[in-house]
Amino acid sequence: MNIFEMALLVWLGSLMAGFLGALTGLGGGIIITPLLTLAFGVDIRYAIGATLISVIATSSGAAAAYVKEGFSNIRIGMFLEIATTIGAVTGASIAARLPTSWIAIMFGLVLIYSAYASTRPSLLDSGNQGPDRIATLLRMDSSFPTPSGPRSYHVRAVPAGFSLMFVAGAVSGLLGIGSGALKVIAMDRAMRLPFKVSTTTSNFMIGVTAAASAGVYLRRGYLDPGLAMPVMLGVLLGSFLGARVLTEAKSQKLRFLFGIVVAVMAMEMIYHGLTGRL
Amino acid sequence: MARLFPIWSDEQVETIIARLLQTGVLVAAAIVTLGGIVFLIRHGLSSPHYSVFTGEPSGLRSVSGILTGTLTLQGRYLIQFGLFILLATPVARVAFAVVAFAFERDRLYMGVSLIVLAVLVYSLTWGG
Repeated sequence: MNIFEMALLVWLGSLMAGFLGALTGLGGGIIITPLLTLAFGVDIRYAIGATLISVIATSSGAAAAYVKEGFSNIRIGMFLEIATTIGAVTGASIAARLPTSWIAIMFGLVLIYSAYASTRPSLLDSGNQGPDRIATLLRMDSSFPTPSGPRSYHVRAVPAGFSLMFVAGAVSGLLGIGSGALKVIAMDRAMRLPFKVSTTTSNFMIGVTAAASAGVYLRRGYLDPGLAMPVMLGVLLGSFLGARVLTEAKSQKLRFLFGIVVAVMAMEMIYHGLTGRL
Repeated sequence: MARLFPIWSDEQVETIIARLLQTGVLVAAAIVTLGGIVFLIRHGLSSPHYSVFTGEPSGLRSVSGILTGTLTLQGRYLIQFGLFILLATPVARVAFAVVAFAFERDRLYMGVSLIVLAVLVYSLTWGG
């Protein structure tokens, strides 16, 4: 296989990944690294570098769609980004010092968790809580539009959310994924943000977090242009098409199917990591 | 989000940011495509080396190396320049927030945005 043939195949694979990622809401980045390492035998460090690029591309590209809905809270997003970016730089620095087999195993575990989380139904809206001292001090409480007029909400447990965001950032830097699932947990479960606010704010944060990791990957020489090119272009087109096909109804069956694919890839990653082949 | 600029509404500010990001992604994708074509024409028939990790040459690792290398119009440098533009879009978004909060005289969130911006610049220049 020469470079041209490989670029074409990687482009097609990334197109599919981006398409399925947008359809299921899991994000395309999550299966790019397993695809590149397991199917194409790419070194996991190059694979993670290329995936980070695709994460930034989809996050920035989707911003307009999220802004239109008017749910994102820029203050919460910016404040938590202190934690995610510092976490991302930390995680990316750790990644450079760990054996690649460990990274493969951790990647597999996070994949299994994401597959599991994606098959569960959306979270219940936790309802309005009372005001919180720190959140009030940081002026995080806000409101979002509903058919029956704006609804205000209070933010809870800022320190817990901030700590979880550091972990989400570190995982993102370590494994090169957006770790949207972890970010949503921090905002939904800990900070009790309404679901729509947490998902849109999470998209805002994913690109900034991935950029912090990607800076470290670039400077360490993990960003290969020949590989990142087909991945970025494929995922970008795929997720654009995916968002066009299905905007509202995310098919439960498709999510389940994609969850199985992700789980199988996760087992392979763990197996290859344990046997020292990745 | 509270009102950021006295003359613009929140939605306008958000829309400007979204346009900025989309434009950045499109410009980056165009440059990467162009670089990809040049790269594939010149190296498409060689065999790939991605299974053995060697790390990129120093010119492809640093911002200054990429910027000077781009002038040689080599495919790999053009792609890397496109990737750099893409990397810069979230950075630009945070920089825009610093300015927006400054206009609003919101010192707290201007400081918060500045910290995030500093971490991003650190990771691109010295970090890791």
